[in-house]
Amino acid sequence: MKILVPLKRTADPDNANKIKIGAGGAKIETTGLEPKANPFDEYAVEASLRLIENGQTKARNAGDKLTVVSFGPKEAATNIRQALAMGGDDGLLFLSDDESLDGDLVARALARVVEQQKPDLVVLGKQAVDGDSNQVGQILAELLQWPSATFAMSIELSADKKTAIVGREVDGGVIKLKLTLPAVITVDLRIVAPKSVVNHVTPATFNYPEGARFTPLPMIIKAKTKPIVEAPIASLGVEGALKSKYASFALPPARKGGVKVKDVAELVQKLRTEAKVL
Amino acid sequence: MSKILVVAEVSGAKLKKTTLSAIGFARAAGLPFDVLVLGQGVGAAAEELRAYGAGAVKVADGAALANYVGETFAPTVSEAAKGYSVVVVTASSFGKDLAPRVAARLGAGFASDIAGVENAGGALSYKRPMYAGNALATMQITTPVQVVSVRQSEFEAAAPSGGSSPVEAVAVAPAPLAGRVEFVSFDEVKSARPELAEAKVVVSGGRSLKSAEGFKTVLEPLVDVMGAAMGASRAAVDAGYVPNDLQVGQTGKVVAPKLYIAVGISGAIQHIAGMKNSKVIVAINKDPEAPIFQLADYGLVADLYKAVPELTEAVKKIRAEG
Ligand SMILES: Cc1cc2nc3c(=O)[nH]c(=O)nc-3n(C[C@@H](O)[C@@H](O)[C@@H](O)COP(=O)(O)OP(=O)(O)OC[C@H]3O[C@@H](n4cnc5c(N)ncnc54)[C@H](O)[C@@H]3O)c2cc1C
Ligand SMILES: Cc1cc2nc3c(=O)[nH]c(=O)nc-3n(C[C@H](O)[C@H](O)[C@H](O)COP(=O)(O)OP(=O)(O)OC[C@H]3O[C@@H](n4cnc5c(N)ncnc54)[C@H](O)[C@@H]3O)c2cc1C
Repeated sequence: MKILVPLKRTADPDNANKIKIGAGGAKIETTGLEPKANPFDEYAVEASLRLIENGQTKARNAGDKLTVVSFGPKEAATNIRQALAMGGDDGLLFLSDDESLDGDLVARALARVVEQQKPDLVVLGKQAVDGDSNQVGQILAELLQWPSATFAMSIELSADKKTAIVGREVDGGVIKLKLTLPAVITVDLRIVAPKSVVNHVTPATFNYPEGARFTPLPMIIKAKTKPIVEAPIASLGVEGALKSKYASFALPPARKGGVKVKDVAELVQKLRTEAKVL
Repeated sequence: MSKILVVAEVSGAKLKKTTLSAIGFARAAGLPFDVLVLGQGVGAAAEELRAYGAGAVKVADGAALANYVGETFAPTVSEAAKGYSVVVVTASSFGKDLAPRVAARLGAGFASDIAGVENAGGALSYKRPMYAGNALATMQITTPVQVVSVRQSEFEAAAPSGGSSPVEAVAVAPAPLAGRVEFVSFDEVKSARPELAEAKVVVSGGRSLKSAEGFKTVLEPLVDVMGAAMGASRAAVDAGYVPNDLQVGQTGKVVAPKLYIAVGISGAIQHIAGMKNSKVIVAINKDPEAPIFQLADYGLVADLYKAVPELTEAVKKIRAEG
């Protein structure tokens, strides 16, 4: 089974409140924020590994392969390399930058990569935590005309690897869809819970640790020799015009901090007489 | 002439209130609009929608649309969208899944989860939060048809405007992918409380509640006496204390109630992104340095296990006095 994981390099999401607006509103400056892989994409890598390995022995079938692809600056190779240290096999980096991309272009470029790589599954994050658009997986599925499931919190791959039952986290509960592969899946936070992914190879009694896996030093060293092919995004032959244009950026209006109250009685009094919400 | 197509959301054939924010968008854009409702047995929902001033209420009714599956809904919406300049849906989990698919099918540009719209002489521009709400982008779509999803908390639910729009049936379009994606089940979390995104008061709990039992015995009495919706931090949801769909934040639900009470929540960037536009914010936390205090209107440094029952009792007393 071949899996393709698209991974976006994003500015440290835990410090997103330190971004600045530059060039008179024309730019977002993330200077000083450590660039990290989009956390949802890390989860996509983790979920994909759980789909192809025996969790207990970490053994994998010879034919199974996980490819990581990114559209971004040269430095995104570091983030791809990190995913390879988790267990990915190879990487593709198509040089571009956020200003020259929209969700549509990323999806069209991904569709070309899919034509070339012929994966059985594309596993993406549900959203990039910088753009917060939550769009690429859905657009890609339509372009490929592949079945898809967004916001996955569970994936059960059939023993013959021909179908997958995906639990989707939606308003009011969980929807289960059965997809016939090849398919597109976008993952939500809970996909990295201990038993979220079932592949009928990992023993049913096995529990994964919560979250994306740590990369031990030998894996990091091994990842240094794994191939990452770099090419301009134009080499995919996609038309570069954007369907949407960001004209300017601004900081949101700041919220004034309030007061500390000394006890519940004062809180209740303020909520009644000052805020008038009780 | 520019015209908007509003895509309604139903759940079990009942109209969802999310729809009214998408109608709110159409009114804010100042353009005429029709509404499209899809599902099985959605006659009553269509009837309800006639009172909002739409040019027409279009209905696609069929067994194929009994449950929401993107692959079956997107073709019908895209067919119905022919001739419109904007297709809009509220960015609930339904709209988030559907809108980009429709955009792809129409070859349209997409503006996701927008917080504002401006109409300058017929040219629409959109404001959308990025970076967990730490930046606001102003953007335009360059294609003839535009697809937009709107943030429910930023677009006021439209009130009925009287009138009775005509109802028109539209065809359910063939769904070539239907054979490769099958609806298996909807495991619904039933709750008698108001929905998070629609509540006037939200009381949220964090990791500090320590268990499902903690939520039940400490937080829920306050939630119920306030007539509030219950919310939670990701940490509380991940730990399994409460169902997933109660998560408030950048990657959960975005809410903006009149009153938001954060109990034992530190105030991580991702949580703040989902509640910072609330009118009044109260934080109860035992750590005076917790970041949540930086945006709380009223901060109470206290042990929640003592403060929350006290607050519950105080509110009960007020309610009893009427
Ligand atoms: C300064 C700046 C200017 C911008 N200008 C524009 C503009 O003019 N017009 C416009 O439409 N948008 C603009 N954008 C946003 C644009 O860069 C994104 O929409 C685009 O990169 C896709 O990311 P997303 O956040 O929409 O992805 P989402 O749909 O939120 O991401 C979902 C998943 O898709 C995959 N994915 C997304 N992006 C990549 C990637 N680059 N490489 C690999 N996988 C990926 C990942 O798996 C991710 O989890 C701008 C952004 C910035 C910061
Ligand atoms: C990709 C990604 C997406 C995320 N999306 C979201 C999201 O949408 N929503 C979200 O909420 N988080 C999200 N997070 C997680 C976020 O970063 C924080 O980890 C999370 O919000 C912390 O939850 P918490 O405040 O309950 O827990 P903690 O940060 O552990 O805080 C617990 C707080 O409780 C206080 N406390 C403890 N005991 C008591 C007591 N007895 N009385 C009073 N106070 C007490 C402590 O002082 C502390 O401030 C996301 C993270 C990632 C990586």
